[in-house]
Amino acid sequence: MIEDEDIAILLNDLFDIYGYDFTRYSKASLKRRIIRLCALDKIPSYAELRYRVRTDETYFKRFVEEITVNVTEMFRDPSFYKSLREDILPVLGTKPFIRIWHAGCSTGEEVYSMAILLKEANLLRKSLLYATDLNPSVLEKVRKGIFPLNQMKQYSESYIASGGIHDFSMYYTAHYGQAKFDKELAEKIIISTHNLVSDSSFNEFDLILCRNVLIYFDKELQDRVLKLFDESLGTLGYLALGTKETLKFSAVQSKFRQLNREKIWKKII
Amino acid sequence: MEENHLKNSCRALLIGGSAGSLQVLFNLFPAIKPDFTFAVIIVLHRRNSGDSALSELLSTKTLAHTLEAEDKDPILPGKFYLAPADYHLLIEKNGTFSLDYSEKVNFSRPSIDVTFESAAEIYGPSLVGMLLSGANEDGTKGLLTIKKMGGKTVVQNPETAQMPFMPQHAISHHAADYIYNIIEMADFINNLR
Repeated sequence: MIEDEDIAILLNDLFDIYGYDFTRYSKASLKRRIIRLCALDKIPSYAELRYRVRTDETYFKRFVEEITVNVTEMFRDPSFYKSLREDILPVLGTKPFIRIWHAGCSTGEEVYSMAILLKEANLLRKSLLYATDLNPSVLEKVRKGIFPLNQMKQYSESYIASGGIHDFSMYYTAHYGQAKFDKELAEKIIISTHNLVSDSSFNEFDLILCRNVLIYFDKELQDRVLKLFDESLGTLGYLALGTKETLKFSAVQSKFRQLNREKIWKKII
Repeated sequence: MEENHLKNSCRALLIGGSAGSLQVLFNLFPAIKPDFTFAVIIVLHRRNSGDSALSELLSTKTLAHTLEAEDKDPILPGKFYLAPADYHLLIEKNGTFSLDYSEKVNFSRPSIDVTFESAAEIYGPSLVGMLLSGANEDGTKGLLTIKKMGGKTVVQNPETAQMPFMPQHAISHHAADYIYNIIEMADFINNLR
């Protein structure tokens, strides 16, 4: 049994030794992830866990990768992607150059979905997609653009539901149970580590996507991150959140207007 | 005695269900008196669509409005909350919900076990967990945790369940304090303090 105090001490260690700050993450989820990791790795006690995280940097990396949630999929919530196609991309298309930031992109399924949308709108060549996450190991997967082949049937259905009219398999080559996505898509993706907790704004964007990341943060950290997004958006830029996330009750709420039923906001000042 | 009673008064009623449980709720909810003083939190296995038609549907059967739980919503007494599709629903110490899009548990997201275990830790003896019809093992572990933390557990009588597997699984693992049909469940809820 791991007590709340134990977790607090562990989080302090992480900050002191490695500079990662998880203290403003949602406690319930964090605790569940830590207990799950102990069961997975057969770690018998809290003391043992703390010792390994403190002394073994390889294990620390695994720890960070496992306590953060890296579950994602392509074209998740097809109606959201449909709205990107129909409402957002035509507006972005009037710009000479399009900058998009996927904040907390995990293994990159959403980034590749976006690249496909841009390609189909004939905008990919003048776009750059910045994909950032705090885990270097998941970013390696974004770079490769290789996803499990057994997911493709579902992704293809979501792609069609999002308004896609092509054969989804034209975007990847199947190889030994993996689907490797077109190089053309990856060429426009810029990959970098970025920690939403501690790092600052690094560019000005036309569209920021951060879906199902804020749910893991407490209110205070959510506010900080939303401010960071506000600072990183140009006037009339767009911010897209997960289906259960909102700008309501946040400090930046008054600067944004929600577009439609999808969780997409436009910066109005 | 009085003090003890107060300390253990029910703060939350959790209801978990899978296949065949919606009909149970439709029969159960109209029988619940509206003056209850705890939060009712419902976790149902459902299709992965983002629409909230289910909470509207449930609202028509209850006198209170059923809200789909949103991230960081405060959990208020006297309200019905429904776990949103395709997220796990967790309870924070400060009495708010948080959502989690991690791996499915028992092939399910939301998983009944995840919410039950999370709530057991927060509410301890002030929690009641109820498990309805279903064809999945989800819920048993959660009920056991609720029991361990001092809460009470109710399982639908499998003979009255459209899908008896889930309640039977809980009973076989000694996770049920009470085994009730729908009328007994309504009675039990109306007498919860």
